[in-house]
Amino acid sequence: MFRRDPIPPGEAIEILLDGAPFTARRGDTVANALLAGGITRFRDSVVSGAPRAPYCLMGTCFECLVTIDGTPNRQACLVTVEAGMRIERQSGAPSMLPESKA
Amino acid sequence: MSPQIPEAAELVIIGAGPAGMAAAIEARAAGTEVLLLDETSAAGGQIWRAVGTAPEARKTLLGKEYAAGAALVSEFAACGAQHVSGVSVWGVMPDENGRLRIGVRHNCAARLIEARAVILATGAQERPLPVPGWTLPGVMGAGAAQIALKSGGLLPEGRCVLAGVGPLLYLLADQFLRAGIIPAALVETPSPHRRTALTHLPGFLRAPTFRKGAGLMARVRRKVPVIAGAEALEVRGDSKAKALRYKRGGAWQEIEADLVLLHAGVVPSLHLSVAAGVPTRWNDVLRCFEPETDELGATAIAGLYIAGDGAGIGGAERALPSGRRAAQAALEHLGHNIDPARRDAARKDWHKADLGRAFIDRWFAPPPALLAPRGDTLACRCEEVTAGAIREAARLGAPGPNQLKTYLRCGMGPCQGRMCAASITEIMAEETGRTPAELGHLRFRTPVRPLSLGELAQLPAGENARRAVLGDAELPDTPLPLPPRAR
Repeated sequence: MFRRDPIPPGEAIEILLDGAPFTARRGDTVANALLAGGITRFRDSVVSGAPRAPYCLMGTCFECLVTIDGTPNRQACLVTVEAGMRIERQSGAPSMLPESKA
Repeated sequence: MSPQIPEAAELVIIGAGPAGMAAAIEARAAGTEVLLLDETSAAGGQIWRAVGTAPEARKTLLGKEYAAGAALVSEFAACGAQHVSGVSVWGVMPDENGRLRIGVRHNCAARLIEARAVILATGAQERPLPVPGWTLPGVMGAGAAQIALKSGGLLPEGRCVLAGVGPLLYLLADQFLRAGIIPAALVETPSPHRRTALTHLPGFLRAPTFRKGAGLMARVRRKVPVIAGAEALEVRGDSKAKALRYKRGGAWQEIEADLVLLHAGVVPSLHLSVAAGVPTRWNDVLRCFEPETDELGATAIAGLYIAGDGAGIGGAERALPSGRRAAQAALEHLGHNIDPARRDAARKDWHKADLGRAFIDRWFAPPPALLAPRGDTLACRCEEVTAGAIREAARLGAPGPNQLKTYLRCGMGPCQGRMCAASITEIMAEETGRTPAELGHLRFRTPVRPLSLGELAQLPAGENARRAVLGDAELPDTPLPLPPRAR
Protein backbone atom coordinates (compact mmCIF):
# COMPACT_ATOMS: atom_id res chain seq x y z
CA MET A 1 0.00 0.00 0.00
CA PHE A 2 2.83 2.37 0.94
CA ARG A 3 6.54 2.84 0.51
CA ARG A 4 8.92 5.42 1.94
CA ASP A 5 9.84 8.51 -0.08
CA PRO A 6 13.43 8.63 -1.35
CA ILE A 7 14.45 11.21 1.25
CA PRO A 8 17.03 9.59 3.57
CA PRO A 9 15.02 8.10 6.46
CA GLY A 10 15.93 8.08 10.11
CA GLU A 11 18.13 5.45 11.72
CA ALA A 12 16.84 1.87 11.42
CA ILE A 13 15.74 0.28 14.68
CA GLU A 14 14.47 -3.20 15.34
CA ILE A 15 11.11 -3.94 16.90
CA LEU A 16 9.17 -7.19 17.21
CA LEU A 17 5.95 -7.73 15.30
CA ASP A 18 4.06 -10.80 16.48
CA GLY A 19 7.36 -12.10 17.85
CA ALA A 20 9.37 -11.70 14.62
CA PRO A 21 12.03 -9.02 14.06
CA PHE A 22 10.69 -6.03 12.10
CA THR A 23 12.58 -2.95 10.96
CA ALA A 24 11.25 0.49 11.84
CA ARG A 25 12.81 3.95 11.64
CA ARG A 26 13.48 6.14 14.63
CA GLY A 27 10.73 8.75 14.93
CA ASP A 28 8.11 6.59 13.19
CA THR A 29 4.73 6.12 14.74
CA VAL A 30 3.99 2.43 15.17
CA ALA A 31 1.32 2.77 12.45
CA ASN A 32 3.73 4.36 9.94
CA ALA A 33 6.36 1.72 10.68
CA LEU A 34 3.92 -1.10 9.98
CA LEU A 35 2.48 0.54 6.85
CA ALA A 36 5.98 1.24 5.47
CA GLY A 37 6.89 -2.38 6.17
CA GLY A 38 4.08 -3.65 3.97
CA ILE A 39 1.57 -4.57 6.68
CA THR A 40 -1.96 -4.25 5.33
CA ARG A 41 -3.86 -6.00 8.14
CA PHE A 42 -3.45 -4.40 11.57
CA ARG A 43 -6.11 -6.40 13.42
CA ASP A 44 -9.19 -8.54 12.95
CA SER A 45 -12.41 -6.85 14.02
CA VAL A 46 -13.91 -7.89 17.35
CA VAL A 47 -17.36 -8.68 15.93
CA SER A 48 -16.93 -10.49 12.60
CA GLY A 49 -13.17 -10.98 12.55
CA ALA A 50 -12.81 -8.98 9.31
CA PRO A 51 -9.33 -7.57 8.60
CA ARG A 52 -8.86 -3.90 9.42
CA ALA A 53 -6.18 -1.26 8.91
CA PRO A 54 -5.84 2.42 9.86
CA TYR A 55 -8.43 4.74 8.35
CA CYS A 56 -7.57 8.15 9.85
CA LEU A 57 -3.98 8.09 11.25
CA MET A 58 -4.93 10.91 13.64
CA GLY A 59 -6.34 9.14 16.66
CA THR A 60 -9.98 9.21 15.61
CA CYS A 61 -10.93 5.85 14.08
CA PHE A 62 -9.34 3.35 16.50
CA GLU A 63 -8.80 0.90 13.62
CA CYS A 64 -5.06 0.73 14.33
CA LEU A 65 -5.41 -0.80 17.81
CA VAL A 66 -2.53 -3.15 18.61
CA THR A 67 -0.99 -4.62 21.72
CA ILE A 68 2.22 -2.76 22.61
CA ASP A 69 4.59 -4.25 25.19
CA GLY A 70 1.72 -6.27 26.62
CA THR A 71 -0.81 -3.43 26.87
CA PRO A 72 -3.74 -4.14 24.55
CA ASN A 73 -5.71 -1.61 22.48
CA ARG A 74 -3.02 1.04 22.05
CA GLN A 75 -3.51 3.40 19.13
CA ALA A 76 -0.60 2.63 16.81
CA CYS A 77 -0.90 6.04 15.14
CA LEU A 78 -0.26 7.88 18.42
CA VAL A 79 2.67 5.86 19.77
CA THR A 80 6.27 6.45 18.65
CA VAL A 81 8.36 3.30 18.11
CA GLU A 82 11.25 2.46 20.39
CA ALA A 83 13.96 -0.13 19.84
CA GLY A 84 12.85 -3.51 21.11
CA MET A 85 9.18 -2.57 21.31
CA ARG A 86 6.90 -5.62 21.14
CA ILE A 87 3.90 -5.15 18.85
CA GLU A 88 1.21 -7.80 18.61
CA ARG A 89 -1.72 -7.73 16.27
CA GLN A 90 -5.08 -8.40 17.90
CA SER A 91 -7.50 -10.94 16.56
CA GLY A 92 -11.17 -10.77 17.44
CA ALA A 93 -12.51 -9.97 20.90
CA PRO A 94 -10.38 -10.73 23.95
CA SER A 95 -11.59 -13.40 26.35
CA MET A 96 -12.98 -12.03 29.60
CA LEU A 97 -11.71 -15.06 31.48
CA PRO A 98 -8.08 -15.51 32.50
CA GLU A 99 -6.22 -17.66 29.97
CA SER A 100 -6.23 -21.28 31.04
CA LYS A 101 -2.85 -22.86 31.68
CA ALA A 102 -3.94 -26.19 30.15
CA MET B 1 11.47 11.49 29.56
CA SER B 2 8.25 13.46 29.50
CA PRO B 3 8.03 16.53 31.70
CA GLN B 4 5.74 16.43 34.71
CA ILE B 5 2.31 17.93 34.36
CA PRO B 6 1.47 20.65 36.89
CA GLU B 7 -1.68 20.29 38.99
CA ALA B 8 -2.99 23.74 38.11
CA ALA B 9 -2.49 26.46 35.54
CA GLU B 10 -4.08 29.80 34.83
CA LEU B 11 -4.82 29.00 31.19
CA VAL B 12 -4.81 25.53 29.67
CA ILE B 13 -4.88 25.16 25.89
CA ILE B 14 -5.69 21.78 24.37
CA GLY B 15 -4.18 21.12 20.96
CA ALA B 16 -0.92 22.33 19.38
CA GLY B 17 -2.21 23.10 15.90
CA PRO B 18 -2.41 26.61 14.41
CA ALA B 19 -5.22 27.80 16.74
CA GLY B 20 -3.64 26.40 19.90
CA MET B 21 -0.16 27.75 19.13
CA ALA B 22 -1.50 31.19 18.15
CA ALA B 23 -3.58 31.31 21.35
CA ALA B 24 -0.56 30.35 23.46
CA ILE B 25 1.63 33.03 21.89
CA GLU B 26 -1.08 35.67 22.42
CA ALA B 27 -1.62 34.72 26.06
CA ARG B 28 2.12 34.60 26.78
CA ALA B 29 2.51 38.08 25.30
CA ALA B 30 0.15 39.23 28.09
CA GLY B 31 2.30 37.44 30.65
CA THR B 32 -0.21 34.71 31.51
CA GLU B 33 0.91 31.27 32.61
CA VAL B 34 0.03 28.83 29.82
CA LEU B 35 -0.03 25.04 29.82
CA LEU B 36 -0.55 23.49 26.40
CA LEU B 37 -1.49 19.82 26.16
CA ASP B 38 -1.24 17.86 22.91
CA GLU B 39 -1.76 14.26 21.96
CA THR B 40 0.95 13.97 19.30
CA SER B 41 4.70 14.01 19.84
CA ALA B 42 5.43 17.49 18.42
CA ALA B 43 3.70 20.84 17.90
CA GLY B 44 2.10 21.61 14.52
CA GLY B 45 -1.29 19.91 14.57
CA GLN B 46 -2.33 17.84 11.57
CA ILE B 47 -1.84 20.70 9.07
CA TRP B 48 1.81 21.15 10.05
CA ARG B 49 2.38 17.65 11.31
CA ALA B 50 6.10 17.01 11.96
CA VAL B 51 7.07 20.32 10.31
CA GLY B 52 9.66 20.93 13.04
CA THR B 53 11.58 17.76 12.17
CA ALA B 54 10.76 17.20 8.48
CA PRO B 55 13.79 17.15 6.13
CA GLU B 56 13.99 20.13 3.76
CA ALA B 57 13.34 17.92 0.73
CA ARG B 58 10.06 16.72 2.23
CA LYS B 59 9.02 20.28 3.06
CA THR B 60 9.64 21.24 -0.58
CA LEU B 61 7.54 18.33 -1.73
CA LEU B 62 4.69 19.25 0.60
CA GLY B 63 4.68 22.87 -0.53
CA LYS B 64 5.25 26.40 0.70
CA GLU B 65 2.25 26.53 3.00
CA TYR B 66 3.39 23.45 4.88
CA ALA B 67 6.95 24.73 5.22
CA ALA B 68 5.63 28.07 6.51
CA GLY B 69 4.35 26.30 9.62
CA ALA B 70 7.92 25.88 10.89
CA ALA B 71 8.10 29.59 11.77
CA LEU B 72 5.05 29.41 14.02
CA VAL B 73 6.29 26.20 15.65
CA SER B 74 9.56 27.98 16.52
CA GLU B 75 7.75 31.06 17.77
CA PHE B 76 5.53 28.86 19.93
CA ALA B 77 8.53 26.94 21.30
CA ALA B 78 10.10 30.23 22.38
CA CYS B 79 6.96 31.86 23.82
CA GLY B 80 7.32 30.47 27.32
CA ALA B 81 4.23 28.26 27.35
CA GLN B 82 4.71 24.88 28.98
CA HIS B 83 4.06 22.32 26.24
CA VAL B 84 3.40 18.73 27.27
CA SER B 85 3.14 16.34 24.32
CA GLY B 86 1.81 12.81 24.23
CA VAL B 87 -1.03 13.66 26.61
CA SER B 88 -4.50 12.43 25.99
CA VAL B 89 -7.24 14.72 27.34
CA TRP B 90 -10.35 12.78 28.32
CA GLY B 91 -12.51 15.50 29.77
CA VAL B 92 -13.03 19.14 30.64
CA MET B 93 -15.31 19.39 33.65
CA PRO B 94 -16.65 22.65 35.06
CA ASP B 95 -16.76 22.53 38.86
CA GLU B 96 -19.03 24.30 41.33
CA ASN B 97 -16.43 27.04 42.01
CA GLY B 98 -16.35 28.28 38.43
CA ARG B 99 -13.05 26.54 37.73
CA LEU B 100 -12.44 23.91 35.12
CA ARG B 101 -10.92 20.53 35.79
CA ILE B 102 -9.15 18.82 32.93
CA GLY B 103 -8.85 15.05 32.94
CA VAL B 104 -5.68 13.80 31.26
CA ARG B 105 -3.84 10.55 30.75
CA HIS B 106 -0.09 10.76 30.87
CA ASN B 107 2.45 7.98 31.36
CA CYS B 108 -0.32 5.41 31.99
CA ALA B 109 -1.93 7.39 34.81
CA ALA B 110 -5.03 9.58 34.96
CA ARG B 111 -4.52 13.07 36.39
CA LEU B 112 -6.67 16.13 37.00
CA ILE B 113 -5.46 19.65 36.26
CA GLU B 114 -7.29 22.70 37.53
CA ALA B 115 -7.51 25.77 35.31
CA ARG B 116 -9.14 29.19 35.47
CA ALA B 117 -9.65 29.23 31.72
CA VAL B 118 -9.46 26.61 28.98
CA ILE B 119 -9.18 26.98 25.22
CA LEU B 120 -10.14 23.93 23.21
CA ALA B 121 -8.09 23.94 20.01
CA THR B 122 -8.68 20.33 19.08
CA GLY B 123 -9.35 21.08 15.43
CA ALA B 124 -11.17 18.89 12.99
CA GLN B 125 -11.44 15.27 12.03
CA GLU B 126 -11.78 14.03 8.49
CA ARG B 127 -15.43 13.35 7.73
CA PRO B 128 -16.02 9.61 7.51
CA LEU B 129 -17.29 8.56 4.08
CA PRO B 130 -19.29 5.38 4.71
CA VAL B 131 -19.42 3.84 1.24
CA PRO B 132 -19.70 0.07 0.69
CA GLY B 133 -16.29 -1.54 1.30
CA TRP B 134 -14.87 1.39 3.30
CA THR B 135 -13.71 -0.90 6.11
CA LEU B 136 -11.33 -2.85 3.84
CA PRO B 137 -7.59 -2.48 4.38
CA GLY B 138 -6.36 -0.30 1.52
CA VAL B 139 -9.13 2.25 2.07
CA MET B 140 -8.39 5.30 4.15
CA GLY B 141 -9.01 9.00 4.36
CA ALA B 142 -7.11 11.27 1.97
CA GLY B 143 -6.17 13.24 5.08
CA ALA B 144 -4.75 10.06 6.59
CA ALA B 145 -2.53 9.50 3.55
CA GLN B 146 -1.34 13.08 3.83
CA ILE B 147 -0.51 12.58 7.51
CA ALA B 148 1.47 9.45 6.57
CA LEU B 149 3.41 11.55 4.07
CA LYS B 150 4.05 14.43 6.49
CA SER B 151 4.91 12.34 9.50
CA GLY B 152 6.67 9.38 7.93
CA GLY B 153 7.44 10.17 4.30
CA LEU B 154 5.06 7.42 3.18
CA LEU B 155 3.92 7.39 -0.43
CA PRO B 156 1.31 5.19 -2.12
CA GLU B 157 2.63 2.03 -3.72
CA GLY B 158 0.71 0.55 -6.63
CA ARG B 159 -2.42 2.09 -8.09
CA CYS B 160 -3.91 4.88 -6.05
CA VAL B 161 -7.35 6.42 -6.57
CA LEU B 162 -8.70 9.51 -4.81
CA ALA B 163 -12.46 9.87 -4.47
CA GLY B 164 -15.07 12.14 -2.95
CA VAL B 165 -15.13 15.90 -2.68
CA GLY B 166 -12.98 18.66 -1.25
CA PRO B 167 -9.91 20.77 -2.01
CA LEU B 168 -7.71 18.28 -0.14
CA LEU B 169 -8.13 15.73 -2.97
CA TYR B 170 -6.42 18.17 -5.35
CA LEU B 171 -3.81 19.29 -2.85
CA LEU B 172 -2.83 15.70 -2.07
CA ALA B 173 -2.82 14.70 -5.77
CA ASP B 174 -0.48 17.63 -6.42
CA GLN B 175 1.84 16.57 -3.59
CA PHE B 176 1.87 13.02 -4.97
CA LEU B 177 2.71 14.36 -8.45
CA ARG B 178 5.64 16.30 -7.02
CA ALA B 179 6.86 13.08 -5.45
CA GLY B 180 6.63 11.36 -8.84
CA ILE B 181 3.43 9.44 -8.12
CA ILE B 182 0.61 9.73 -10.63
CA PRO B 183 -2.76 8.78 -9.13
CA ALA B 184 -4.77 6.48 -11.40
CA ALA B 185 -7.82 8.75 -11.06
CA LEU B 186 -9.54 11.43 -9.04
CA VAL B 187 -13.26 10.67 -8.88
CA GLU B 188 -15.36 13.66 -7.83
CA THR B 189 -18.81 13.53 -6.31
CA PRO B 190 -20.52 16.86 -6.99
CA SER B 191 -21.58 19.31 -4.30
CA PRO B 192 -25.32 20.01 -4.25
CA HIS B 193 -24.62 23.69 -3.55
CA ARG B 194 -22.59 24.68 -6.62
CA ARG B 195 -25.22 27.09 -7.90
CA THR B 196 -25.47 29.01 -4.62
CA ALA B 197 -21.69 28.86 -4.36
CA LEU B 198 -21.49 31.10 -7.41
CA THR B 199 -23.26 33.93 -5.56
CA HIS B 200 -20.23 33.91 -3.22
CA LEU B 201 -17.72 33.92 -6.06
CA PRO B 202 -16.78 37.62 -5.76
CA GLY B 203 -15.39 37.08 -2.23
CA PHE B 204 -13.46 34.03 -3.37
CA LEU B 205 -11.94 35.90 -6.33
CA ARG B 206 -10.42 38.38 -3.87
CA ALA B 207 -9.12 35.64 -1.57
CA PRO B 208 -5.51 34.47 -1.72
CA THR B 209 -6.83 30.90 -1.86
CA PHE B 210 -8.31 31.58 -5.30
CA ARG B 211 -5.07 31.85 -7.28
CA LYS B 212 -3.45 29.07 -5.35
CA GLY B 213 -6.47 26.80 -5.76
CA ALA B 214 -6.95 27.49 -9.45
CA GLY B 215 -3.30 26.75 -10.22
CA LEU B 216 -3.40 23.58 -8.18
CA MET B 217 -6.51 22.24 -9.90
CA ALA B 218 -5.10 23.01 -13.33
CA ARG B 219 -1.84 21.19 -12.55
CA VAL B 220 -3.69 18.12 -11.30
CA ARG B 221 -6.07 18.05 -14.25
CA ARG B 222 -3.15 18.04 -16.70
CA LYS B 223 -1.70 14.84 -15.24
CA VAL B 224 -4.48 12.95 -13.47
CA PRO B 225 -7.69 11.66 -15.07
CA VAL B 226 -10.41 13.57 -13.21
CA ILE B 227 -13.82 11.93 -13.36
CA ALA B 228 -16.46 14.47 -12.38
CA GLY B 229 -20.09 13.87 -11.51
CA ALA B 230 -19.94 10.48 -9.75
CA GLU B 231 -23.25 9.79 -7.99
CA ALA B 232 -22.18 6.86 -5.85
CA LEU B 233 -18.95 5.14 -4.82
CA GLU B 234 -18.04 1.70 -3.58
CA VAL B 235 -14.86 -0.22 -2.93
CA ARG B 236 -14.54 -3.79 -4.12
CA GLY B 237 -12.24 -6.38 -2.58
CA ASP B 238 -12.19 -9.40 -0.27
CA SER B 239 -9.49 -8.96 2.34
CA LYS B 240 -8.19 -5.71 0.86
CA ALA B 241 -9.19 -3.06 -1.65
CA LYS B 242 -8.98 -4.16 -5.29
CA ALA B 243 -10.99 -1.51 -7.12
CA LEU B 244 -13.07 1.61 -6.77
CA ARG B 245 -16.45 1.47 -8.46
CA TYR B 246 -18.35 4.64 -9.24
CA LYS B 247 -21.77 5.31 -10.69
CA ARG B 248 -22.03 8.03 -13.30
CA GLY B 249 -25.00 8.78 -15.53
CA GLY B 250 -26.73 5.74 -14.02
CA ALA B 251 -23.97 3.26 -15.04
CA TRP B 252 -21.29 1.68 -12.86
CA GLN B 253 -17.62 1.79 -13.87
CA GLU B 254 -14.62 0.32 -12.16
CA ILE B 255 -11.00 1.42 -11.64
CA GLU B 256 -8.44 -0.99 -10.27
CA ALA B 257 -6.81 0.31 -7.12
CA ASP B 258 -4.46 -0.86 -4.38
CA LEU B 259 -5.13 2.22 -2.31
CA VAL B 260 -8.43 4.11 -2.26
CA LEU B 261 -8.31 7.49 -0.55
CA LEU B 262 -11.73 8.82 0.39
CA HIS B 263 -12.53 12.37 1.38
CA ALA B 264 -15.57 14.55 1.98
CA GLY B 265 -14.14 17.50 3.86
CA VAL B 266 -13.47 17.85 7.55
CA VAL B 267 -15.81 18.39 10.50
CA PRO B 268 -15.22 19.90 13.94
CA SER B 269 -14.01 17.55 16.67
CA LEU B 270 -16.93 17.70 19.07
CA HIS B 271 -16.22 15.21 21.82
CA LEU B 272 -14.51 17.43 24.39
CA SER B 273 -16.77 20.45 23.94
CA VAL B 274 -20.01 18.44 23.95
CA ALA B 275 -18.95 16.32 26.94
CA ALA B 276 -18.15 19.56 28.79
CA GLY B 277 -21.75 20.68 28.19
CA VAL B 278 -21.43 23.04 25.21
CA PRO B 279 -24.62 23.00 23.07
CA THR B 280 -24.29 22.39 19.33
CA ARG B 281 -25.97 23.73 16.21
CA TRP B 282 -26.44 22.11 12.80
CA ASN B 283 -24.67 23.57 9.75
CA ASP B 284 -26.81 22.66 6.77
CA VAL B 285 -24.22 23.49 4.09
CA LEU B 286 -21.30 21.62 5.66
CA ARG B 287 -23.70 18.98 7.04
CA CYS B 288 -22.17 18.82 10.48
CA PHE B 289 -22.81 19.91 14.02
CA GLU B 290 -20.76 22.78 15.42
CA PRO B 291 -20.42 23.88 19.03
CA GLU B 292 -22.30 27.08 19.87
CA THR B 293 -19.81 29.89 20.45
CA ASP B 294 -19.82 33.63 20.04
CA GLU B 295 -17.53 35.18 17.43
CA LEU B 296 -14.57 35.15 19.82
CA GLY B 297 -15.04 31.49 20.71
CA ALA B 298 -16.71 31.91 24.12
CA THR B 299 -19.11 29.10 25.05
CA ALA B 300 -22.04 28.83 27.45
CA ILE B 301 -19.58 27.61 30.07
CA ALA B 302 -17.71 30.35 31.92
CA GLY B 303 -13.99 30.19 31.23
CA LEU B 304 -14.29 27.71 28.32
CA TYR B 305 -13.39 28.89 24.81
CA ILE B 306 -13.09 27.12 21.47
CA ALA B 307 -10.65 28.22 18.76
CA GLY B 308 -9.93 27.12 15.21
CA ASP B 309 -11.67 24.37 13.24
CA GLY B 310 -13.11 22.89 16.44
CA ALA B 311 -15.46 25.89 16.57
CA GLY B 312 -16.42 25.65 12.89
CA ILE B 313 -14.41 24.76 9.80
CA GLY B 314 -12.34 27.68 8.54
CA GLY B 315 -8.94 26.21 7.71
CA ALA B 316 -5.48 26.93 9.14
CA GLU B 317 -5.38 30.54 7.90
CA ARG B 318 -8.50 31.43 9.88
CA ALA B 319 -7.50 29.27 12.85
CA LEU B 320 -4.56 31.60 13.58
CA PRO B 321 -6.62 34.77 14.26
CA SER B 322 -9.31 32.58 15.82
CA GLY B 323 -6.73 31.37 18.35
CA ARG B 324 -5.66 34.95 19.07
CA ARG B 325 -9.26 36.07 19.56
CA ALA B 326 -10.09 33.17 21.89
CA ALA B 327 -6.94 33.95 23.89
CA GLN B 328 -7.99 37.60 24.19
CA ALA B 329 -11.43 36.55 25.44
CA ALA B 330 -9.83 34.13 27.92
CA LEU B 331 -7.40 36.84 29.09
CA GLU B 332 -10.29 39.19 29.70
CA HIS B 333 -11.97 36.46 31.75
CA LEU B 334 -8.75 36.20 33.75
CA GLY B 335 -8.90 39.93 34.51
CA HIS B 336 -6.57 41.36 31.84
CA ASN B 337 -7.31 44.47 29.84
CA ILE B 338 -7.01 43.88 26.11
CA ASP B 339 -5.45 46.55 23.94
CA PRO B 340 -8.24 47.58 21.50
CA ALA B 341 -5.73 47.78 18.64
CA ARG B 342 -4.70 44.18 19.21
CA ARG B 343 -8.32 43.09 19.35
CA ASP B 344 -9.04 44.95 16.13
CA ALA B 345 -6.06 43.45 14.34
CA ALA B 346 -7.14 39.90 15.22
CA ARG B 347 -10.69 40.59 14.06
CA LYS B 348 -9.44 42.03 10.75
CA ASP B 349 -7.14 39.06 10.18
CA TRP B 350 -10.00 36.69 10.90
CA HIS B 351 -12.24 38.35 8.30
CA LYS B 352 -9.44 38.45 5.76
CA ALA B 353 -8.84 34.73 6.20
CA ASP B 354 -12.58 34.12 5.94
CA LEU B 355 -12.76 35.67 2.45
CA GLY B 356 -13.69 32.96 0.02
CA ARG B 357 -14.80 30.55 2.71
CA ALA B 358 -18.50 30.83 1.81
CA PHE B 359 -17.65 29.84 -1.75
CA ILE B 360 -15.34 26.97 -0.79
CA ASP B 361 -17.87 25.61 1.72
CA ARG B 362 -20.56 25.41 -0.94
CA TRP B 363 -18.45 24.41 -3.92
CA PHE B 364 -16.99 21.45 -2.05
CA ALA B 365 -20.00 20.50 0.11
CA PRO B 366 -20.62 16.77 0.53
CA PRO B 367 -23.59 15.23 -1.33
CA PRO B 368 -26.02 14.07 1.41
CA ALA B 369 -26.76 10.76 -0.36
CA LEU B 370 -23.14 9.67 0.17
CA LEU B 371 -23.39 10.31 3.90
CA ALA B 372 -26.46 8.13 4.48
CA PRO B 373 -25.53 4.60 3.40
CA ARG B 374 -27.95 1.70 2.91
CA GLY B 375 -28.13 -2.06 3.23
CA ASP B 376 -25.11 -4.02 4.41
CA THR B 377 -22.72 -1.06 4.46
CA LEU B 378 -21.29 -0.65 7.93
CA ALA B 379 -22.21 2.67 9.51
CA CYS B 380 -20.57 1.81 12.85
CA ARG B 381 -17.20 0.23 12.09
CA CYS B 382 -16.35 -0.68 15.69
CA GLU B 383 -19.51 -2.60 16.56
CA GLU B 384 -20.23 -3.50 12.92
CA VAL B 385 -23.73 -2.11 12.78
CA THR B 386 -25.10 -1.88 9.26
CA ALA B 387 -26.90 1.08 7.74
CA GLY B 388 -29.84 -1.28 7.10
CA ALA B 389 -30.17 -2.12 10.80
CA ILE B 390 -30.13 1.57 11.66
CA ARG B 391 -32.80 2.29 9.05
CA GLU B 392 -34.99 -0.49 10.39
CA ALA B 393 -34.68 0.73 13.99
CA ALA B 394 -35.42 4.28 12.85
CA ARG B 395 -38.60 3.05 11.14
CA LEU B 396 -39.62 1.21 14.31
CA GLY B 397 -39.84 4.61 15.95
CA ALA B 398 -36.55 5.27 17.74
CA PRO B 399 -36.90 8.92 18.74
CA GLY B 400 -33.23 9.85 18.26
CA PRO B 401 -29.65 8.67 17.79
CA ASN B 402 -29.21 7.86 21.49
CA GLN B 403 -32.05 5.33 21.47
CA LEU B 404 -30.44 3.69 18.42
CA LYS B 405 -27.27 3.35 20.42
CA THR B 406 -29.24 1.50 23.11
CA TYR B 407 -30.95 -0.74 20.55
CA LEU B 408 -27.97 -1.58 18.37
CA ARG B 409 -24.70 -0.62 20.15
CA CYS B 410 -23.80 1.75 17.30
CA GLY B 411 -21.40 4.33 18.69
CA MET B 412 -20.43 2.19 21.67
CA GLY B 413 -17.09 0.90 20.40
CA PRO B 414 -13.63 2.30 21.07
CA CYS B 415 -13.99 5.27 18.68
CA GLN B 416 -16.94 6.46 20.82
CA GLY B 417 -19.03 7.45 17.83
CA ARG B 418 -16.37 9.51 16.06
CA MET B 419 -16.80 7.44 12.90
CA CYS B 420 -20.58 6.85 12.96
CA ALA B 421 -22.34 9.68 14.81
CA ALA B 422 -22.81 11.72 11.64
CA SER B 423 -24.04 8.73 9.59
CA ILE B 424 -26.56 7.76 12.27
CA THR B 425 -28.08 11.23 12.22
CA GLU B 426 -28.04 11.37 8.40
CA ILE B 427 -29.65 7.93 8.05
CA MET B 428 -32.34 8.71 10.64
CA ALA B 429 -33.07 12.04 8.96
CA GLU B 430 -33.55 10.36 5.60
CA GLU B 431 -35.63 7.55 7.05
CA THR B 432 -37.94 9.68 9.22
CA GLY B 433 -38.16 12.92 7.27
CA ARG B 434 -37.00 14.85 10.33
CA THR B 435 -34.09 17.28 10.07
CA PRO B 436 -30.66 16.57 11.57
CA ALA B 437 -31.15 19.71 13.68
CA GLU B 438 -34.27 18.14 15.24
CA LEU B 439 -32.67 14.72 15.68
CA GLY B 440 -29.41 15.88 17.21
CA HIS B 441 -26.38 13.62 17.58
CA LEU B 442 -25.08 10.90 19.86
CA ARG B 443 -24.27 12.17 23.33
CA PHE B 444 -20.54 12.26 23.91
CA ARG B 445 -19.58 11.76 27.51
CA THR B 446 -16.51 12.05 29.70
CA PRO B 447 -14.13 10.24 29.46
CA VAL B 448 -13.94 10.95 25.71
CA ARG B 449 -10.73 8.93 25.28
CA PRO B 450 -10.38 5.32 26.45
CA LEU B 451 -9.10 5.08 29.98
CA SER B 452 -8.32 1.81 31.68
CA LEU B 453 -9.50 1.20 35.24
CA GLY B 454 -5.86 0.90 36.26
CA GLU B 455 -5.15 4.35 34.82
CA LEU B 456 -8.25 5.81 36.45
CA ALA B 457 -7.22 4.33 39.79
CA GLN B 458 -4.07 6.46 39.71
CA LEU B 459 -6.21 9.56 40.32
CA PRO B 460 -5.67 10.97 43.80
CA ALA B 461 -8.71 9.93 45.84
CA GLY B 462 -10.94 12.90 46.68
CA GLU B 463 -12.84 13.27 49.92
CA ASN B 464 -16.10 11.90 48.45
CA ALA B 465 -14.40 8.88 46.93
CA ARG B 466 -12.61 8.17 50.19
CA ARG B 467 -15.84 8.33 52.18
CA ALA B 468 -17.71 6.14 49.67
CA VAL B 469 -15.16 3.35 50.03
CA LEU B 470 -13.97 3.69 53.61
CA GLY B 471 -16.79 5.40 55.48
CA ASP B 472 -15.24 6.84 58.63
CA ALA B 473 -12.30 4.46 58.62
CA GLU B 474 -8.79 5.82 58.01
CA LEU B 475 -7.16 5.46 54.58
CA PRO B 476 -4.58 2.68 54.84
CA ASP B 477 -1.05 3.89 54.26
CA THR B 478 -0.33 1.67 51.26
CA PRO B 479 0.04 3.35 47.86
CA LEU B 480 -1.85 1.89 44.93
CA PRO B 481 0.30 -0.34 42.77
CA LEU B 482 1.15 0.94 39.29
CA PRO B 483 -0.31 -1.06 36.40
CA PRO B 484 2.06 -3.98 35.83
CA ARG B 485 2.94 -2.96 32.27
CA ALA B 486 3.19 0.78 32.75
CA ARG B 487 6.10 2.04 30.74
